[in-house]
Amino acid sequence: MSDSLIKPRIERPSLSQTIEAKAPLLLVPVLMVIGLLAIGSGSTWLTLTAAGLAMGMMIFIMASGLTVIFGLMDVINFGHGAFISLGAFAGFTILGLLGGWIESPSIALNLGAVLLAVAFAMLVTGLAGYGFERLIVKPVYGQHLKQILVTMGGLVVTQQLIYVIWGPDEIVLARPAAFQGSFVVLGAAIEKYRVLAIVIGLALFVAMRLVLNRTRIGLLVRAGVQNGEMVEALGYPIEKLFLAVFMVGCALAGLGGVMWGMYQETITAHMGAEVMISVFIVVIIGGLGSIEGCFIGAMLVGLLTNYTGFLIPKLALVSTIMLMGAVLMWRPQGLYPVVKAH
Amino acid sequence: MIVKLLSGDRPRSKMLSAVLLLILFGLLFAPFLFPGTRSLDTAARICIFIVLVASYDLLLGYTGVVSFAHTMFFGIGAYGTAIALVNMGASYSAIALGTVCGALVAGAFAFVIALFSLRVKAIFFAMMTLAVASAFLVLVSQLSGFTGGEDGLSYRIPREMTPAFKLVKEKVLGVRLNGKLITYYVVFFSSLCLFLVLLRMVNSPFGRVLQAIRENAFRAEAIGYKVVRYRSVATILSAVMAALAGSLMALWLRYTGPATTLSMDIMVDILLMVVIGGMGSMYGAVIGAVLFLLTQSYLQNLLGLLQESLGSLPIVSEVVSPERWLLWLGMLFICSIYWFPKGIVGRLRGT
Amino acid sequence: MSDALLSLNGVHTHIGPYHILQGVDLEVPRGGVTVLLGRNGAGKTTTLRTIMGLWQASKGTIQFDGTEIQKETTPAIAQREIAFVPEDMGIFTDLTVHENMLLAARNGAIDEERLGWVLGLFPPLKTFWQSAAGNLSGGQKQMLAVARAIIEPKKLILIDEPTKGLAPAIINAMIAALKELKEMQTTILLVEQNFSMARAVGDTVAVMDDGRIVYSGDMAELAADAGLQERLMGLSLEAHQ
Repeated sequence: MSDSLIKPRIERPSLSQTIEAKAPLLLVPVLMVIGLLAIGSGSTWLTLTAAGLAMGMMIFIMASGLTVIFGLMDVINFGHGAFISLGAFAGFTILGLLGGWIESPSIALNLGAVLLAVAFAMLVTGLAGYGFERLIVKPVYGQHLKQILVTMGGLVVTQQLIYVIWGPDEIVLARPAAFQGSFVVLGAAIEKYRVLAIVIGLALFVAMRLVLNRTRIGLLVRAGVQNGEMVEALGYPIEKLFLAVFMVGCALAGLGGVMWGMYQETITAHMGAEVMISVFIVVIIGGLGSIEGCFIGAMLVGLLTNYTGFLIPKLALVSTIMLMGAVLMWRPQGLYPVVKAH
Repeated sequence: MIVKLLSGDRPRSKMLSAVLLLILFGLLFAPFLFPGTRSLDTAARICIFIVLVASYDLLLGYTGVVSFAHTMFFGIGAYGTAIALVNMGASYSAIALGTVCGALVAGAFAFVIALFSLRVKAIFFAMMTLAVASAFLVLVSQLSGFTGGEDGLSYRIPREMTPAFKLVKEKVLGVRLNGKLITYYVVFFSSLCLFLVLLRMVNSPFGRVLQAIRENAFRAEAIGYKVVRYRSVATILSAVMAALAGSLMALWLRYTGPATTLSMDIMVDILLMVVIGGMGSMYGAVIGAVLFLLTQSYLQNLLGLLQESLGSLPIVSEVVSPERWLLWLGMLFICSIYWFPKGIVGRLRGT
Repeated sequence: MSDALLSLNGVHTHIGPYHILQGVDLEVPRGGVTVLLGRNGAGKTTTLRTIMGLWQASKGTIQFDGTEIQKETTPAIAQREIAFVPEDMGIFTDLTVHENMLLAARNGAIDEERLGWVLGLFPPLKTFWQSAAGNLSGGQKQMLAVARAIIEPKKLILIDEPTKGLAPAIINAMIAALKELKEMQTTILLVEQNFSMARAVGDTVAVMDDGRIVYSGDMAELAADAGLQERLMGLSLEAHQ
């Protein structure tokens, strides 16, 4: 066999195709510029942009698990919101126990309390995710209709269990002292907590990309999203992989729940289901199964909610629905459609 | 005659027929059998929810489409009637106009949603409808000038339909024959008619195509049925029926607000009723609605008793607390999906 | 036969309402290439997928190397050193060629020496080592699919129509690769519609029709007997020659 017989040939994407592929990346800065033009005041814009990015990061954290779970196993967990609430309650329990640390002016103690709360919340939601996957999701793999219904049932039951454990009332808790108040940057007030949220969100995005692109387990996840059957035929039990991803996804929902709870300083058993609306919009905009799409979608939704919340408060949520409609008209499968083998 | 009214869709089980007859007569004579404002209110809600749940079953059970926007259509109907009554005063023409407009708007909304998302996967449709319905709820709560916002709208209905109107002076069988009673029977007979219409729909050739699509959309398409078109029509019909149920609700309560028509809690309730009663059978909607609404009122009493007797055990007593009735129904719901997907009706029919 | 590496006895497979395999009896001798022939819809692909556990056999037994495997999961079957090249090639298009190969190396590292041999068989893979597999041409994807199956020594390789829609030059590369594998005593079960390819590499042959094996024997015998070919497979195969 000589090389000349089989001519190496690879299709080079044309310039317009490259632009088309990268276009979603431009949406975030474009939206920021439009926001600046519409708002007019630079400092107000800066405050709103920081708020929007922080909100987007938190939604991204909650949505990322959902979208990977779908990509890998074609499962949409309508009960995902329950883990957001559960995480918030678990985290707040720890924060409540560590009241002294939170009120103390020491940043180290504050941060320690938050980290412990986050760790506990992720542990609880991760373990709950294990039970949820085995009991609720596993029996209905591949049956979409039943899956939607049964995970919805799981949501109802989990919410009720939160009432059983923590009581029916909302819990109000002030943020740790170090994360109250704002920085003033260029005349704009930026809440400290939002900066923290942005930092955590970015770190998580980078970490996720590293895990997905640099590790063997990440390689398996990416392969599984495309063609789970082939992953099995290569000898990897995809169910175990899926269970692990499901638990991580739930733990991330728990993390997002604590962060969202500290942001609002109030938590209820329904908070997860409420945030889920934005989460669903984000994963639809991003393209089900795509982490990058999810990230961009979350930023867009966060920014748009805050811009419209300032300009026309009544239309904040409706504007994100309109954004979703517009995106779907442009790309019916979302910004980054995941190519499935089947 | 009866078989014809039922469009040939017999209950096919003695037990089921008996239960259905019991419900029918129970509701027909509810004002006399169970006197009192609260039980009459429960009876009226049951009538309205039977239609609401049955119209949802047209979508979920017969067409295999999961939508979370059903309360939105319910709400559109209710608000249509309510807004007409507020703006035009307590007249029958206001009721008629509001009801028709509500149904039309609901149908139009359903058309737009169907256009957008029925081509895609079931999961997509479910998520989209959830998002749209939530946004609608928020919008209604905020447009207070038009919808009354969070507080909702209270309005007057024609005098003949209010308790102040007396048909005869004396009590009959211990019951006052007043306008409230008339309203109840308006609700009852309207619901009955709407239910029979739904029954007709699902047993028509159209209904059979829907079921063929649910079983195997790919094959139905191959045989030559336009799947998207059929699904769209089912979505629209189901939305219109829900809106009509909403109008009845508006009439009965003389109040329309986000919590009584649009809330996601009601959406979850509808889901529970359909699945527990039995998907893919209109009678399932009847059984589900009756069971659920009775449970809502009376399981709480039962759990209250249980809790009293278990009072000393901390967590256990929380689990059987009367407020936790939804926990038990939620578990029943999950079990239904696994072990008897055709619900109670399926059990009674022994399939 | 005791020297069969794989043997199917009375295997039935249902897919939804359809009864596809209706009692397949098949022996795959050690160290040779067995070709599974038959018209479209005869059940060849289903046979391979049933062996792999991707579809569950409803009846019958599948013996591999002395153990019954018909109840095992796909990953467990694959871990018995059985490789599978599906009809759609099963390439992970978003992953690079390198990453595709890396997944096939079960312990996480590719054996350099063996990789050199595989890339020698399929040189284009070397050229596009770091490109996304989705950008490869159809023939190159098929090469990747086969390369992935042989990057580690396997006891049995199942290959589903590797020449479908490929240019003659690439078919020749495939034939060369299979011949080299044969020399290394690898057992191969090959589904093929292209009779010239089948004749070039096959030692034994089985012909399927309507979910059953209707003929099995030596390739040489079938190749020599035009009448038998015609009777088993109709004239359509002549066109491929």
